[in-house]
Amino acid sequence: MNSQKPLEELVSQPYKYGFVTDVETEKISKGINEDVVRLISEKKKEPKFLLDFRLRAYRTWLGMTEPNWAKLGYPVIDYQDLIYYAAPKKSQKKQSLDEVDPKLLETFDKLGIPLSEQKRLSNVAVDAVFDSVSIATTYKQKLADHGVVFCSITEAVNEHPELIKKYLGSVVPMNDNFFAGLNSAVFSDGSFVYIPKGVDCPMELSSYFRINSGDTGQFERTLIVAEEGSSVSYLEGCTAPMFDTNTLHAAVVELVALDNASIKYSTVQNWYSGNEKGVGGIYNFVTKRGHCRGIRSKISWSQVETGSAITWKYPSCVLQGNESTGEFYSVALTNNYQQADTGTKMLHVGSNTRSTIVSKGISVGRSTNSYRGLVQMGSKAVGARNYSQCDSMLIGDNASANTYPHIRSQQPEARIEHEASTCRISEEQLFYLQSRGIGFEEAVSMMVSGFCRDVFNQLPMEFAAEADKLLALKLEGSVG
Amino acid sequence: MISSEAPLILEISDLHARVEDQVILNGVNLVLRAGEVHALMGRNGSGKSTLAKVLAGHPSYVVTAGSVRFKGEDLLNLTPEERSRIGVFLGFQYPVEIPGVSNLEFLRVATNARRQQSGRSELDTFEFEDFVHERLKVVQMDPAFLERSVNEGFSGGEKKRNEILQMALLEPLISILDETDSGLDIDALRIVASGVNQLATPETATLLITHYQRLLNEIKPDFVHVMSNGRILRTGGSELALKLEQSGYEWVDESFANQEAD
Repeated sequence: MNSQKPLEELVSQPYKYGFVTDVETEKISKGINEDVVRLISEKKKEPKFLLDFRLRAYRTWLGMTEPNWAKLGYPVIDYQDLIYYAAPKKSQKKQSLDEVDPKLLETFDKLGIPLSEQKRLSNVAVDAVFDSVSIATTYKQKLADHGVVFCSITEAVNEHPELIKKYLGSVVPMNDNFFAGLNSAVFSDGSFVYIPKGVDCPMELSSYFRINSGDTGQFERTLIVAEEGSSVSYLEGCTAPMFDTNTLHAAVVELVALDNASIKYSTVQNWYSGNEKGVGGIYNFVTKRGHCRGIRSKISWSQVETGSAITWKYPSCVLQGNESTGEFYSVALTNNYQQADTGTKMLHVGSNTRSTIVSKGISVGRSTNSYRGLVQMGSKAVGARNYSQCDSMLIGDNASANTYPHIRSQQPEARIEHEASTCRISEEQLFYLQSRGIGFEEAVSMMVSGFCRDVFNQLPMEFAAEADKLLALKLEGSVG
Repeated sequence: MISSEAPLILEISDLHARVEDQVILNGVNLVLRAGEVHALMGRNGSGKSTLAKVLAGHPSYVVTAGSVRFKGEDLLNLTPEERSRIGVFLGFQYPVEIPGVSNLEFLRVATNARRQQSGRSELDTFEFEDFVHERLKVVQMDPAFLERSVNEGFSGGEKKRNEILQMALLEPLISILDETDSGLDIDALRIVASGVNQLATPETATLLITHYQRLLNEIKPDFVHVMSNGRILRTGGSELALKLEQSGYEWVDESFANQEAD
């Protein structure tokens, strides 16, 4: 196919979020031990219960081993060679944005996330996290009027300790896996959301994570609790500068939905993915899990994964409440030497629980893109149903796509459907669009976004456009 | 009446082309003027579809000699999308399916690309809806097809109607219709042919590639050309198609051989 070459070049758009903000940073020295865990807790002026939580997690983690079952290849990570805490020096949480270092505001401006009163997005509240700390949260007051708590997890620890004690680690226990254990010991900051009974959150909530330091691991922790009959839609975005070293990112996200509550969690992940030779980029090892505790509760994950050198991520749902619903909609685009091993777990516990999985993987260059999923029907999951659809699109001859669906059922009356397909953008399809006046790049991006449509339709409106743009950018050639 | 004074639309001179190592076009000469309808006939493998694809700029075909001028401009230097925008239209023999890409959106982007090039305003979503509904009538097509993915799950006849719909929207100066009649039943053939007839104007030219006389009963050609081995061996009026129907292509080869011998 002689149009193959430009097709691959098309996907090699320079990363436009690769700048570094020159800001005075306080870092602790490299390495991890109990003293480091204590130091982090002390810096964050945490109550004793949380220090105890961290220490228990640290000791648990010491006994754990790094998982190696994913289809990923990377050099051994030296956990003593990482910095576990970095924060802009003038980082104490400010009462007003006027007190926040203008350089940081400027950084978020440049990333398209304006925080200042005049410019901020009118219908989205944002928690901005820079390296290890949250620097600002917008619309706090307006949300508080509805009883909604939206703040950094550090603030929540001090202001809502009861909720933190009750829910932190209740969905992803510290011994869940190696990376979750590490996160539980050293997590720096992240967002906390609490939606009280019967409240529909009046606006979209969003966290934006920015890694700025090169040698610092980032370990955020997000916890969202939706009380009975409440609902919330939450968006998460992330970027990082270009460094030729690899940065470790190991986050944990826990969602709890009680009776009739619904949580929609959307991610656009655009961490730096390394250069075209595969040097540098973020190692993204993330544990995300939602617990549908109540009857008819619903948790929906949507993700657009375009960044990171390594992605290891399986946003999952534990469907415990009867008639609860879990959803997973994913687009993962890999290029150059990127490797993604991503998917979901749907654990059906309650009766008449439903889950839907739609995964779209696009592999370009020499990248590897794997879907890995588990659908499990427990013995009490009478009438439970799952529908899974996993599609892969290959661009070029050197990329690879894999699908590893696992299905376990202990319930003979459960229904499980799985569909999978692999396709390639064909020269004939491209020529057809071109012969109707549609340029090569637009033709490719039309087809890619057509391929992803089922997932984009699930994203909140502001984000759907953003995701489409992001894919188009990733697909755009040097003219862009 | 056709006047030889009518403006030139397409001039193909001594065109040679190959795909991979196989030479397919072997010196094609053809001139189309405004208002003319030409039929191009010939056996399978004679080079008809290749000529269509070369004119549209398919990347698999390499032009090795000759030239093609479109309204006096070099056509071969342009990308496929540029050719479409200036008014060259290829109706495909086998339109491909493009899953996930909405037919309506595709038609709108294509139409606007052409309109922009010709200095007309782009149509917004609502204007386009009105326009496309009006044009649907030309091919008697159900608006439900707009909501589907491009050609996905369309029957053979529906695909061909969708091609003519695109022609109706793009308003090309030259329409090259590659075996638009193949796979159509007689009713669908009439609808498609009537669409083509409605769209023909004194300013535009049409090149019909076909095997069969039956299409030419519906669309009257001014000229009929017969292709063999990558060249046009004979040119005549509509009577040539009738003669072919009776005598088959061998007659062309033989009479050409005689001609050569003379």
